[in-house]
Amino acid sequence: MRFLFEKDTWQEIYGSIRKNKTRTAITIFGAFWGILLLVGLLGAAKGIENSFNSMFGDFATNSVFMSGSRTSMPFKGFQEGRQINLRLSDVDKIRSEIDGVQFVVPRNATGGLVTHGLKTGNFTVFGDFPLLDAVQKKKLIEGRFINQNDINDNKKVCVISEGVYNELYDKKEESIDTYIKITGINYKVIGVYESSQFEGKNNIHIPFSTFKLVYNRGDKFAWMVVTGKAEYDIVQLESDVKLLLKNLHKIHPKDNRAFRGFNLGEQIKQVTGFLTGMQFLTWFVGIATLIAGVFAIGNILLITVKERTKEIGIRRALGATPVKVRQQIILESLFLTLLAGSLGIIAGGFVLMLLDNFVEFLVNPTVNITIVLIAYTVLVILGTLIGFIPAYMATIVKPIDALREE
Amino acid sequence: MIKIEKLHKSYPIGKDSLHVLKGIDLHIKEGEFVSIMGSSGSGKSTLLNIVGLLDVHDEGDYYLNGQLIKDMNEKKAALLRNKFLGFIFQSFNLISYKTALENVALPLYYKGMARKERLQVALDYLEKVGLKDWANHLPNELSGGQKQRVAIARALVTKPKVVLADEPTGALDSTTTDSVMDLLKDINNEGMTVFVITHEEEVAEQTKRIVRLKDGLIISDEYTKASKAI
Repeated sequence: MRFLFEKDTWQEIYGSIRKNKTRTAITIFGAFWGILLLVGLLGAAKGIENSFNSMFGDFATNSVFMSGSRTSMPFKGFQEGRQINLRLSDVDKIRSEIDGVQFVVPRNATGGLVTHGLKTGNFTVFGDFPLLDAVQKKKLIEGRFINQNDINDNKKVCVISEGVYNELYDKKEESIDTYIKITGINYKVIGVYESSQFEGKNNIHIPFSTFKLVYNRGDKFAWMVVTGKAEYDIVQLESDVKLLLKNLHKIHPKDNRAFRGFNLGEQIKQVTGFLTGMQFLTWFVGIATLIAGVFAIGNILLITVKERTKEIGIRRALGATPVKVRQQIILESLFLTLLAGSLGIIAGGFVLMLLDNFVEFLVNPTVNITIVLIAYTVLVILGTLIGFIPAYMATIVKPIDALREE
Repeated sequence: MIKIEKLHKSYPIGKDSLHVLKGIDLHIKEGEFVSIMGSSGSGKSTLLNIVGLLDVHDEGDYYLNGQLIKDMNEKKAALLRNKFLGFIFQSFNLISYKTALENVALPLYYKGMARKERLQVALDYLEKVGLKDWANHLPNELSGGQKQRVAIARALVTKPKVVLADEPTGALDSTTTDSVMDLLKDINNEGMTVFVITHEEEVAEQTKRIVRLKDGLIISDEYTKASKAI
């Protein structure tokens, strides 16, 4: 293996490759294209995945949203068309009786005119428990989220989104511990958080208990977020919860209109399925192209060996042993795949950079460097192995026949 | 230097075989300048190829530098060629994408000489054939005579025992033929064994010994005036 590290060996190969530029370019194009496609496609797939993730980013994905609606069937003496309201007692029941439920977060919301000094705006006001932070992570820029003390003491405090801050405050104006007026009542601002794409920009959160008193909601609330533990099927969980609620509210078991629900978990599963499919396709196309590229290298080397029969004959007449001849051809193949792979990875990185800058819906399209290195290694190994075929062909002819070749 | 006894060689052609060499006995001593003459098909090229270890014989014995050539594998043959033999071909057989200097240095690469050293040696030999200024030109930038001189430099660069030339002037006009022949004479005068194949009388007459082949047999073997002149 000493020849691998001899400068001369490589100089000879470099010479033969450099001085046949067209041949070199054609030879490496296939493998170059293969690895470029693999990197580009994997990166694009990752970009789409990232963009979905950023959309749902801070949400517990294994969750379902539920709210009460009107019944569509008469049951136990009740007429159809009865309004169903969710109550806090339902929440306790769900927590205690249904396996696999991780969090149940009841929420209320209303619109309201909000003022701060001379600035005003219409925003959505939510009544929330501290638990909301567990299912819809709030990235706080400053301050804190609502805590249990706020709930217990019905404090008039609020957490505002960045969008609200921008509309009610001047740039860089201190907001924590200042007061904003929501429909005539002053609330102290205790936190500001980064708005997320999914939830909308202009939100204000006040303690659930405060909301209940101010807006006179009693035990009723508008909707709830139910999240399941990772190992539980969210679709099954949704129907379990609905069945329990139907029982509690005396609703016909087959009445599907009494509760409205949006199963985020299921939606996300579909998207993830799509992503997985796309990734599989990417791999398939990328690897197939890569293999085709390697074969192209082998194929063209085989043709060039035929073309170079005479040159090889001359080399042998001058004292090149068959081992030397084979060595050179295999190393040429190795060198070409190394070159093709490196150029492909560089070009792939460049393509991803362009995609990142110019394609809106791809977020941070990247490829795992380990995957790239594995693909590179596989390419180089295959390239070396495929080099054995032309190398064998080069020495199978007698030198005298090789010399006669025109 | 070269000793051939009862050498036979035939090529299979379909079911039959063509008997090309029919028992050649030839003894060439060190320092001789021998030409083999004969019409095409007389077997002279086959003889040269066997002597040059590019082909194998069927019967008889061949001693190169006292060593019996038998059951030669490609590796051994390649090493012997590199060590003892230098080739000059009718069609020059330079590698087209290498410069004159690199072409000359190639046998030294296979000998395992370091790059710097072999380029220096190659340059010395190019100077010897009067082409030092053309060292960095590609073969297609050289004239026929220049190409053949590069090929001669390449044949000499390993300091072989025997230089084998297969119609070295076959593709050249008469002026360049003379300059190539002068070079070969110089080489011979330095003590190297030169073995030329030709079908031109003028070329053969400049060598010291003419061996004539016909239908695979030696029909005459005589020393020329050139040899007697010395």
